Amino acid sequence: MSRIRAPRFDAPEALDSVDAPQIGGSRDAVASAVPRPIRTRLLTTVTGFGLLLLVTCLVAPLIGSSPISLARVFDRSIPFSENVDAQIFFVARMPRVLAGAVVGAALAAAGVVFQALLRNALATPFTLGVSAGASLGAMLAIVFGATLSAGPLSAVPLASLAGAGIAAAIVYRLATMQNRAMSTTVLLLAGVTLNSFFSALIMFVQYIADFAQVYRAVRWIMGDLDLGSFDPIVAALPMLAISFAMFAWLPSSLNLLSIGADAASARGVDVSRTQRLAFVSASLATAAAVSLAGPIGFIGIVVPHLVRLIVGVDHRLVLPASALFGAAFLVACDLAARTLLAPLEIPVGVITAMLGGPFFLWLLVRKG
Amino acid sequence: MAAGSKRLIGVAFVAVIVICAARPATLQERATSATRIVSLVPALTEMLFAIGAGPQVVAVSSFDEFPPEVKSLPRVGALLDPDMERILALRPDLVISYGSQTDIQAQLARAKIRVFNYRHAGLNGVFATLKELGAAVGRPADGERLAREIRSGLDQIQARVKGRPRPRTLLVFERDPASLRGVYVSGGVGFLHDMLGIAGGVNVFADVTRESVQPSIETMLARAPEFILEVRATGMLAPADDVAQAKRVWGALASVPAVRQGHIQILSGEHLVVPGPRVVQGTEAFARALHPEAFK
Repeated sequence: MSRIRAPRFDAPEALDSVDAPQIGGSRDAVASAVPRPIRTRLLTTVTGFGLLLLVTCLVAPLIGSSPISLARVFDRSIPFSENVDAQIFFVARMPRVLAGAVVGAALAAAGVVFQALLRNALATPFTLGVSAGASLGAMLAIVFGATLSAGPLSAVPLASLAGAGIAAAIVYRLATMQNRAMSTTVLLLAGVTLNSFFSALIMFVQYIADFAQVYRAVRWIMGDLDLGSFDPIVAALPMLAISFAMFAWLPSSLNLLSIGADAASARGVDVSRTQRLAFVSASLATAAAVSLAGPIGFIGIVVPHLVRLIVGVDHRLVLPASALFGAAFLVACDLAARTLLAPLEIPVGVITAMLGGPFFLWLLVRKG
Repeated sequence: MAAGSKRLIGVAFVAVIVICAARPATLQERATSATRIVSLVPALTEMLFAIGAGPQVVAVSSFDEFPPEVKSLPRVGALLDPDMERILALRPDLVISYGSQTDIQAQLARAKIRVFNYRHAGLNGVFATLKELGAAVGRPADGERLAREIRSGLDQIQARVKGRPRPRTLLVFERDPASLRGVYVSGGVGFLHDMLGIAGGVNVFADVTRESVQPSIETMLARAPEFILEVRATGMLAPADDVAQAKRVWGALASVPAVRQGHIQILSGEHLVVPGPRVVQGTEAFARALHPEAFK
C-alpha cells in the first residue's frame, strides 16, 4: 500500500511539495514563508486551529441523540444521581468529546512524525504495525482473557497496549540492528511485513474464536469513543503527555530530516537520535490512542495533508496545527457518528474512513 | 463418538425400514420424508428431536449442545465453516442450512440433495418453522402439535403476568465483562424482543426495527429503563459475583431507574438464546425475573 523509496533515490529535486521543507528549495513554500517570521506564523496558526478546536469542543457536548436542557445540567438543586440531563452531559458526552480530542490529536501528530521519519507522504500511524499489534492484543483479550483488569483499564485496552508495544519494539530493533541511523527502507519493509504477519495471526484467532467474540473484535477495530467514564482517558494521559513532550523537540530536526539523512547530518542534526525520538514518541502516542479508542483510521493521513495545504510544509507549524486540527476533526466525526442515525450509532472509524478514503485517493491521483 | 453415531445411524436405518414396511409409501411421501438429516442450525436440531425426528438426524453443527443425544453425533461445521465434504460423505437426503449459506445450497442442489432453508424471524417464525420442518421430515402432525404446545405454554405465562405493571426493560445480550463498552441489546424485532413482551416487559428499544442494537451510553441514559435484564448463553463467573459485578458496572449510570432500584438481573443458559422448542422455558425465566411475585 505504501510507496517505498530508498533514501538514496530521494534527491532534493525529486521531493514533491508535500515533503519539501522550506529550506529544501520548494519555491512556493519559500515564497509563502518569507514575509513573516516563524514566531508570528506559529502564533496565528496555533490561535486559529486552537479556536477551531475550542469551538468544536464547546459545541459537541451540546448536541446529541437526546435533547437535554443546559439549565437542568447545571442545576445544583437536583441530586446528580437523579439528574438525567447532567448524567448525559457529564457521563455520556464529555468523556466522548475529551477522548475524541486526545485520540485525534495523538493520531494526527503521530501521522506527521511518521510521514517525516519515513519520508513518505502516504505513511500513517498504522504503517509500522502498531495498530495490527494492538488489534491482535485486543483480539486475544476478547477471546481468551476477557475478565482480567488492572485499575481503570480492563483487559482489552491493556492487551492492545501490550500488542502495540511488542510490534513497535520488533520494528525498532530491526531498524536499529546495525547501530547507526535507522534505514527508512528497513523500517517500512519491517512495518509492512509485520502488519501482514499480525493480520494473519488475527485471522487465525478469529477463525478459532466463536461468533460473538469475532463480532466484538471486529467492532473494536471499527473504533469507539463511547467510554462512559473519564478513567480510561486519565489512564492514557501519562503516555500521551510523554509523547507530546517528545514531539516538542522534533519539528526543526524533522524539517531537515525530510530532505534526507545525509543532508540533515551535514546541517548538524543528530540523525540517529532524532529518528529514535521520532519513532518512540509517535509509536507511544499511537499505542495510547489505539488502546483508548481502537484503531481509528485515516486521521493520521488526512489531517496532516489537509493542514499542509493550509499552513505549508514547515513542521514547526504542521505538527501543532495537525494535533489541534486532528482533535477537532475527530470530535466532529464522532458527533456525526452519534447523531446521524440516532438512536443507532455509526462506528466512528467508519465516518473517518468514509471521509478519509476519497481524500486519500484524490491525494494519490494528484501526486501522480 | 463413531460407535455412537454408527449405532444411531443403525437405529435410524431400522426405523426407516420398519416405517416403510408398515406403510408402503407412495412416491410423493418418499420425496417429502427425510431419513438422513444433517442440521447446521442448533435451534432446528432441537425442533427435530422435539417432534420425534431425532433418530433421522445423522450429523449436527459444531455449536449444537441440546438435546444431550447430539453429543454423540458427528459435527460438520456451522454457519461460516460448513464442511461440505463431510456433509456429502454422510449421504444425507435433507440438509438444514441457514438461508444465508447460499454456497452450500448451490452445491447441495448440484448433488440433488434437498435443502431446508432457515431464516431467523421472531417467535412467529418459530411456529412457522416448526410446521414447515414437520412437513419436510414427514411428521407434519408432530410439528403442528409442538407449535400448539409452545403457543399454549407462552399463553399461560402471558396470563400469569397479565394486569401487572410492565417495567420498561433493557434486554442486554452482550457486554464487555468489566465495563459498559460493547453493549448489545435487543431491538424491536426478533424472538428475544417477543419473549420479553410475553414475559410482561416493555422493550426500551422497541422502536428500533432491528434484532440487535448497540446503544451509546447517552441513549441508555435517555431511555431510562426500569429493569436491566442481562441474558448470557453461558455464565462466566459465579452467579453472585456476576450480579455484584454487573451492579458495579451499571452503577455508572446512576440516574437510570433500574440502577437506582437495583433491578438488574442476569440470566444464563443456552435455552435463553436459542429460538427453538425451549422458548417457553426462556420466556418463563424472563417472567420470573421481571415479576417474581406472579410465580409465588
